[in-house]
Amino acid sequence: MNDMSAPVALTKKDFESNQDVRWCPGCGDYAILAQIQKLLPTLGIPRENFAFISGIGCSSRFPYYMDTYGMHSIHGRAPAIASGLKLARPELSVWVVTGDGDALAIGGNHFIHAMRRNVDLKIILLNNRIYGLTKGQYSPTSEMGKKTKSTPLGSIDRPFSPVALALGAGATFVARSVDTDLPHLASVLARAAAHKGTAFVEILQNCIVFNDGAYSNLTDKATRDDARVILEDGKPLVFGKARDRGIRLRGMEPEVVTLGEGGVAESELVVHDEKAAHSGLAFFLSQFDTPDLPVPLGVFRSVRTDSYDELNAQLHADVRAKKGDGRLADLLQGGETWTIA
Amino acid sequence: MTAFEQTSEAVLENSVQRESVADPSLAPRGEAAASRPVEELDSVVIRFVGDSGDGMQLTGSEFSKAVAKAGHGFATHPDYPSEIRAPTGTLFGVSGYQIQYGSRQVFTSGDAPDALVAMNPAALKTNLADVKHGGIIIANTGAFADTNLAKAGYTSNPLEDGSLDGYRLFKIDISALTAAALRDSGLSKKEVGRCKNYFALGLMLCLYGRPIEDEIADIYEKFAKKPEFADANVNALRAGFAYADAAEIFAATYQVREAAAKPGIYRSITGNHAAALGFVAASESAGVGLFLGSYPITPATDILHELSGLKHFNVTTYQAEDEIAGICSTIGAAYGGALGLTTTSGPGMALKTEAMGLAVMLELPLVIVNVQRGGPSTGLPTKIEQSDLLQAIYGRNGECPIPVIAARSPADCFDCAIEAFRIAVKYMTPVILLTDGGIANAAEPWRIPDVASLPKVEVSYRTDPEGFQPYARDENLARAWVRPGTPGMEHRVGGLEKDFLTGNISHDPLNHQRMVEVRAAKVAGTAQDIPPITVEGPAFGDLLVIGWGSTYGTIAQAREKAEAEGRSVAHVHLRHLNPLPPDLGELLGRYKTVLVPELNMGQLSKLLRERYLCDVVPLNKVQGKPFKVSEIHDRILELS
Repeated sequence: MNDMSAPVALTKKDFESNQDVRWCPGCGDYAILAQIQKLLPTLGIPRENFAFISGIGCSSRFPYYMDTYGMHSIHGRAPAIASGLKLARPELSVWVVTGDGDALAIGGNHFIHAMRRNVDLKIILLNNRIYGLTKGQYSPTSEMGKKTKSTPLGSIDRPFSPVALALGAGATFVARSVDTDLPHLASVLARAAAHKGTAFVEILQNCIVFNDGAYSNLTDKATRDDARVILEDGKPLVFGKARDRGIRLRGMEPEVVTLGEGGVAESELVVHDEKAAHSGLAFFLSQFDTPDLPVPLGVFRSVRTDSYDELNAQLHADVRAKKGDGRLADLLQGGETWTIA
Repeated sequence: MTAFEQTSEAVLENSVQRESVADPSLAPRGEAAASRPVEELDSVVIRFVGDSGDGMQLTGSEFSKAVAKAGHGFATHPDYPSEIRAPTGTLFGVSGYQIQYGSRQVFTSGDAPDALVAMNPAALKTNLADVKHGGIIIANTGAFADTNLAKAGYTSNPLEDGSLDGYRLFKIDISALTAAALRDSGLSKKEVGRCKNYFALGLMLCLYGRPIEDEIADIYEKFAKKPEFADANVNALRAGFAYADAAEIFAATYQVREAAAKPGIYRSITGNHAAALGFVAASESAGVGLFLGSYPITPATDILHELSGLKHFNVTTYQAEDEIAGICSTIGAAYGGALGLTTTSGPGMALKTEAMGLAVMLELPLVIVNVQRGGPSTGLPTKIEQSDLLQAIYGRNGECPIPVIAARSPADCFDCAIEAFRIAVKYMTPVILLTDGGIANAAEPWRIPDVASLPKVEVSYRTDPEGFQPYARDENLARAWVRPGTPGMEHRVGGLEKDFLTGNISHDPLNHQRMVEVRAAKVAGTAQDIPPITVEGPAFGDLLVIGWGSTYGTIAQAREKAEAEGRSVAHVHLRHLNPLPPDLGELLGRYKTVLVPELNMGQLSKLLRERYLCDVVPLNKVQGKPFKVSEIHDRILELS
């Protein structure tokens, strides 16, 4: 609901709170904070209608730095709190900022159920593949064999793919970006903001202290173009510095092929389709990882179905149309009564 | 049988006056009044027991409705296994429903049944010990075949071996009589078998002088979509009624004098239903939407059921993915300005504790209902207990005070629901409302209040940004409720310790001490609204009985009886448990001895000793059952 009397031209500055940002110098979170502060003034939503809800962890300090309404809650529960807020106040733009431990370990249940219900929330997961606030234990997205303070012999836990998990839970908008690619990050966040329903964005984020360089192959100029494929709706999956490679399907198996002379034609490549009725293609893409396949960045899936809050509003409207507005006196006197004179 | 229970029977035997009259005007209002004498009673306790698939809960609740319509005071106690359908004929699959109704106010479902309707051997075996000596036993002989006897652990048939000689035993083949009545119904044998509860109901309605016309209308309504079942059940009901009317085995029928209750419109209500209505009333009074975030759990789920059907009021229900999401969604809704409610029972309470701490830190209004059951862990999910009192008051990390109140009866759940929200919004605090599996499912007559007379729940959101500080407090130490969406007041809240005024994160040592103290002072200050304690009985004397929660009726009845016998005994029943009423300490000094009966190991006793440095005599019971009046009465006699 846009209040016409709200200030028309908000700026990034309007969304910066007076609190000192206390992430480590060089943390990837700074860039993400800046991108969101830049994005919000462009959405045409009054500042007071934004609410940022977080759990616990480095990423969950986020709301303190936004000059919006916000709640820094308890570990893993932000999606549940945000769902209640959105249902009580559908006109608000409700954002969840979370991390790989917060969303996928202690808060896994709330995370998947938010997706399943398709509550109109923007869930931004800052994935640094490590527990930073507790100073360096492996997380549900840490790779196998990883040596951390709690896995001195190497981790034997298999990691989650947050994108695959979100898709499996029925998410209607799923995207991935990376903290250092600012234009890409900005475009993905804008797409998420425009989505009605749960919009899930995984942002690959560098923890400079406990997991530095976790995504260097995706961020270093020398390697990144060979390590990632940018998803574009309706376009074939082409990647490489010279854009000379692509992904082709051989049966159900993806393979990297060379394009151009002596190679294959673009027409043989897998074409991305964000709006495919089934999430099969998106799930297939979610399995891509280096070194065999490039890591996809961009929007995996974006389909419009009724959001939970819309259905809830409809349910209330329907029952009121049928029964009329409830009257307390009638309710109290409902059922079978008897009178004693 | 313990000596204790024998005493109770002797005591109760005296409390019920029996009088045989032959006046035809007192004959039952049945279809055809029998010429048998009518025994008139002041009160009667009836227990229906059978397999969990026998429909005894329905029989019991329908019987309650019939006596309610006659204006009787009544109280019920459903007692059912936690298995949905336990194997048939087994001892653990027995489901029961007890009702006491009478000509005066009825406080409890009664100690010992005057009449037991046992649909199979297992039901007889598990309930016989409770039946009053000389009481009526109506046994469905059709279910007393060898296999069922063996399942119940009987080596000989109790209906034939003389072991029931001390009772008035009526052997009726309810199974066969129902089948005969439904010979032409076209229903399968299994379906016919499921109608026998209506035969039993018809039989008991006749025996206790209630008409069946209303019940017939109810059946047609209930089975409107399945007319063949409606017809069958009505035929079974009529057959049962006619059997009792015509068969000569019953020497008398029984009539309970109608109660002289306060004038008004009444309905029968359970605690969970009353709580749901109370929450809607709070929402209507405040003019603010009610949000229930809840996860199904016995015995609290009926509140969710009730409220989910009331979406034409300003009510949103949200069946969350777990207990934690139940309370967290509620916190989110409360942050958004709704009346946030979450409902649960003991194990769910344990899961919600961290989020309760968050709500204390955020200083948001919230009501948490714990319909207590037997614990610890999964415990006794369908049974009554009061063992979560200390959990409610203390069970969180850190110094984490929350006001706690408890309902004393099914109808009192309505008033307590409103009171819980009144405290929550006035003081910007979560509030815990304790009920229990006893009053949650039990029914009693409720005099429907006039909406205009209900206590007010007043909500105001701050919208003025001038001089706003998120944690500035009013005269009640409550901070302002500012909803997201309010221009110019954007601010952040969270679980980290807050600065005393700005609400920004603060690790300052003195600020933390100050915040801990102010949160404690705020909750302690809610005591200013607690009305003066009502004392039932003498203002000074030998003995004061202090109770809380669902033991009210039992204690009240035991005290009245002891007082009638000349004892100097008073009763105080606490609604507010944290903080305790300000005048309680002074009151304790007016009696020589203080007795505290509780369905736990002495949790209120512990609180009273700690708070007032005075000793009390605990009376504790943890059997998944309510106190018997006699158990409390006996202790009163020993102490006064």
